[in-house]
Amino acid sequence: MTALLEARPAVDEERPTRDRVKRPSLPRRVADALLTAVGKVAAIAVLLAVWETAPRLGLVDATFLPPFSTVVDAWWRLATSGQLLDNTGASLARSLSGFGLAVAVAVPLGLLIGWYKPVATLLGPLLEVFRNTAALALLPVFVLLLGIGETSKIAIVFYACTWPILLNTISAVRGVDPTLLRLAKSVDLSGFRLFQKVILPASVPTVFTGIRLAGAVSILVLVAAEMVGAKAGLGYLINASQFNFAIPQMYAGIITISAIGVVFNQVLVALERRFTSWRVPVGS
Amino acid sequence: MSAHIVFRDVTKRFVVRDRASRRRTEFTAVRGVDLDVERGEFLVLVGPSGCGKSTLLDLLGGLTEPSEGQVLLDGAPITGPGLDRGVVFQQYALLPWRTAQGNVEFGLEAAGVPRRERPDKARGFLDLVGLSGFEDRHPHQLSGGMRQRVAIARSLAYDPTVLLMDEPFAALDAQTRESLQDELLRIWRRTGKTVVFITHSIDEAVYLGQRVAVLTSRPGRVKEVVPIGLGDRTEQADLRSSPEFARYRHRIWELLHDEVSRAQQQEKEVAAV
Ligand SMILES: Nc1ncnc2c1ncn2[C@@H]1O[C@H](COP(=O)(O)OP(=O)(O)OP(=O)(O)O)[C@@H](O)[C@H]1O
Ligand SMILES: [Mg+2]
Repeated sequence: MTALLEARPAVDEERPTRDRVKRPSLPRRVADALLTAVGKVAAIAVLLAVWETAPRLGLVDATFLPPFSTVVDAWWRLATSGQLLDNTGASLARSLSGFGLAVAVAVPLGLLIGWYKPVATLLGPLLEVFRNTAALALLPVFVLLLGIGETSKIAIVFYACTWPILLNTISAVRGVDPTLLRLAKSVDLSGFRLFQKVILPASVPTVFTGIRLAGAVSILVLVAAEMVGAKAGLGYLINASQFNFAIPQMYAGIITISAIGVVFNQVLVALERRFTSWRVPVGS
Repeated sequence: MSAHIVFRDVTKRFVVRDRASRRRTEFTAVRGVDLDVERGEFLVLVGPSGCGKSTLLDLLGGLTEPSEGQVLLDGAPITGPGLDRGVVFQQYALLPWRTAQGNVEFGLEAAGVPRRERPDKARGFLDLVGLSGFEDRHPHQLSGGMRQRVAIARSLAYDPTVLLMDEPFAALDAQTRESLQDELLRIWRRTGKTVVFITHSIDEAVYLGQRVAVLTSRPGRVKEVVPIGLGDRTEQADLRSSPEFARYRHRIWELLHDEVSRAQQQEKEVAAV
């Protein structure tokens, strides 16, 4: 055994030791974290400052773009009256149901289409037609068929979310590294085990890209749908406020939507990280 | 006793679609290959690029079937892939979402080793290739040489009788390559497996092989099998600069030389069409 070790000095040197990498001191780390945080909010702070001062200085018409503080005021009033919560709840319920349904349907379907050639040949032309039809162009059709209630709104979100997930899942399965497939074949893996041990895990990152795109789409499409015919929801709030000339309230609605979009995306990014932590860190 | 592996008049043709005429034509990768590999032997295959070395290995691995002739393993024709043969690929083929240990366990899972026994066994094989301490690293956190060692450990883990290696060290730097060659020889001697090893490097062929089979340019045939009488490599210091080593190297270089120029001529002709 000693002879073995002597012949491999390189390995012993490479052996990782936990305490070799010194972590920076606590004050240093706190300072670093603060600096990054400041850097991240700087751009937003500038935007808000311009928003606040431009109307006050008369650079833009304060009627159409009220100062930020006025909008915050309106937002607070909406929040305390419970209106904001109701509308946000209505919107979230719709977009999350549509999004969730899309994930539940499109991921398995995409795996099937990606793996089984006959399924792909059968459904391919259909997919081509539908993916190239803008979801919102179909909104009137959904309303005609499903009425202007919840069903048509969830349906349109579901429809719009399905495509990015489906297309990404299909290309994920088709893009599995062929050497890994050869490896699987060489150890005689087939059928379900091949799927479970190789194809599924290899597809996760690309599938998640689709899911993240769908997250953004779900909010985008929903707000548009709520502007057409709804009695609740953030899209409705924005549209109704503009109609009633409650401009600060309209901006309050817009801000809420952006905030929800950012949070939703962050949640999905965090989930993605959690599931793909094995990946080579890109650009960091 | 018959040989462990027998190629008997093996021909492999691929159907390719000609781009200009849009007709399907047949393309012969190897023609009439006859070759015996003894049990426990270390056989190296060399030949010009595109002469069909990987094709022969795929036939052995059961990943493709011969168009004519037979490939026998223990006297029986090979009908498909199996765990009695372990393949080590040039591109490592590690599962990037699994750790080093997880990748070795993949081999054990394929072989149906009970779950409880896998971690210990996997660690044992990682230790065998000199990677203890790296169990929890993902492939992207390992060097090329370490990745290839994980791949070797994975192939050893399900205890195949034959190891099939297609240019496994081609992508490595000279030092890593040499240390892995020694390591492979040591493992081979310890486990007594039959090894079929493909390389482009004449030095590597002479250093590793008990016999070196030189293939002709496409369609590949066995031109000559050169027995290498160098004895135990790891016992001798600086074997590579000894006169016998040089003689074997020159012999194989001579055999390859004509074939390589013929192969290059062929490639030019194909490109000109
Ligand atoms: N699936 C395939 N379909 C068509 N032609 C193929 C296929 N696989 C290999 N070939 C052809 O068969 C010939 C032999 O290929 P092979 O990969 O066995 O060569 P090789 O000796 O391993 O080459 P290299 O040393 O460059 O790896 C090549 O000309 C190649 O183009
Ligand atoms: Mg090859």
